[in-house]
Amino acid sequence: MARTDNRIKPSEITPEEVFLNRRQIVQSAVALGLLPGLASQSFAAALPAEGDRLAGVSRWPGSLDEEPNSFEDVSTFNNFYEFGTRKEDPSRHAHRMKTDPWSVEVTGECDKGGKYTLEDILKPHSLEERVYRFRCVEAWSMVVPWVGFPLGDLLKRFEPSSRAKYVQFFTLADPKQMPGLHYPVLKWPYREGLRIDEAMHPLTLLTVGMYGRVLPNQNGAPLRLIVPWKYGFKSIKSIVRIHFTEQQPETSWNMAAPHEYGFYSNVNPNVDHPRWSQATERRIGGEGLAALLAPRQPTLMFNGYADEVASLYTGLDLVKNY
Amino acid sequence: MSSREALHDAPGHSRLKAALVPRDRIAIAKIFIAAACLAPFAIVIAKIAGLASFGPHPVQEILHGMGKTGLNLLLITLAITPARKLTKQNWLIRLRRMLGLFAFFYLVLHLLAYAALDLRLDFATLGTDIVERPYITVGMLAIVLLIPLAVTSTRGWQRRLGRNWTRLHRLVYVCAVLGVIHFWWQVKADIREPLLYALMLAALLGYRAADAWRRRRRRSAVAAAASAAR
Repeated sequence: MARTDNRIKPSEITPEEVFLNRRQIVQSAVALGLLPGLASQSFAAALPAEGDRLAGVSRWPGSLDEEPNSFEDVSTFNNFYEFGTRKEDPSRHAHRMKTDPWSVEVTGECDKGGKYTLEDILKPHSLEERVYRFRCVEAWSMVVPWVGFPLGDLLKRFEPSSRAKYVQFFTLADPKQMPGLHYPVLKWPYREGLRIDEAMHPLTLLTVGMYGRVLPNQNGAPLRLIVPWKYGFKSIKSIVRIHFTEQQPETSWNMAAPHEYGFYSNVNPNVDHPRWSQATERRIGGEGLAALLAPRQPTLMFNGYADEVASLYTGLDLVKNY
Repeated sequence: MSSREALHDAPGHSRLKAALVPRDRIAIAKIFIAAACLAPFAIVIAKIAGLASFGPHPVQEILHGMGKTGLNLLLITLAITPARKLTKQNWLIRLRRMLGLFAFFYLVLHLLAYAALDLRLDFATLGTDIVERPYITVGMLAIVLLIPLAVTSTRGWQRRLGRNWTRLHRLVYVCAVLGVIHFWWQVKADIREPLLYALMLAALLGYRAADAWRRRRRRSAVAAAASAAR
């Protein structure tokens, strides 16, 4: 399970002071009136309030040995259509989402269904930091130190029945908090699903933080999935409902364009999106000319997690089941 | 009305007006338009030089930025004729070539950003993209078709080609349609923006169609009147 060759070097982790200093620089710039009001608003959304550093987070030994993207990249370049379809929309509008109090409804084929508060959900679990590569279906990727715990550990607490073959997840859909919901670009509420064995896989992370802090709203606070071997849209954000089901559940992108986005959506360099190649990807971030001249990188089968997850798909035609 | 305008509008000053004021106006308008047209390019240069920051995805920022600017300028170029006819400001036509060439400039940058920055001159992928991905096919076709228009945009070529110049330059309508299709086909799900472009283009082309129809009707009415008089 652990990827011994992929340990992260301490030198590659951005020191905390850098982030804190950046915040102070931004705050003083805003205070001095050097940055306009809009910028101060978006930075307020990008950087969580004080006291949001997550405590007692252990390091997961399987983390990717790659330089993480900057916090700013990861928190200002988002697909979260409930806040608008442009990459910068979520960081501008997600501050309108209220994440406290938060509860999750658990329904369907399980014995311990019901409504759980966020505290109920998180209480028994200890948090880990895991550096995963996040590969978007749009052929870009970033490296993010997520904080969370295996989804399977939570799902077991709900005691799914033998009929629970799949798990479906739903994102909050409140037009008062989410301006993007006024336009039906996708089927709201946003929904995603996994086969139960995918959901129970130890790599599937129920995520509450990144960079050692509580998730910014635009990254899916307070509770989101990270399924590292699948395209990013499978990693549903701001979860309010978990539903165990016997049938393969509906998923929003599949409903919007079934020939482009399948239920599985495993990262696969050999199966192109109808409109672009998935063979390579572009790591986001960087500055100036260096960023422009950086090469694309080859996309890895299952986003580099083939050793861990390929066995889930033995005998499955991955071209048909894209 | 200012006293200056009143002076020029007074009878007897029409020759002066034709000779001087429009030329000033055109020169000033051209300077402002050129500055405005160069701004998006200057911003990219400033970001490459490190004077300003790119967003998290610099290649896409340039790629989309240049493409959008080019398409905007193409539609503005196509808006000149309707604007000229509706406002009866004939001097506006003198701005059209520059706007069209700036549109071409940005669309070539868009193509270069795609081939050189995004694909890093991987011509195998470029070939596959052109053949297999319809939005690339139509986009590429639009830019290729613009090349003869840019080349023949000079006064010399205009003279040499005579009436054929107008015929040739009607290709710009095809390019604009292909450009909007290219934009439409590459969005993931939110078609609102390409829809807006399609509506604007439909209005610009629709105006021309209506205008041509009106003129043809007028011509045939004149011809009918002439033959009746004979």
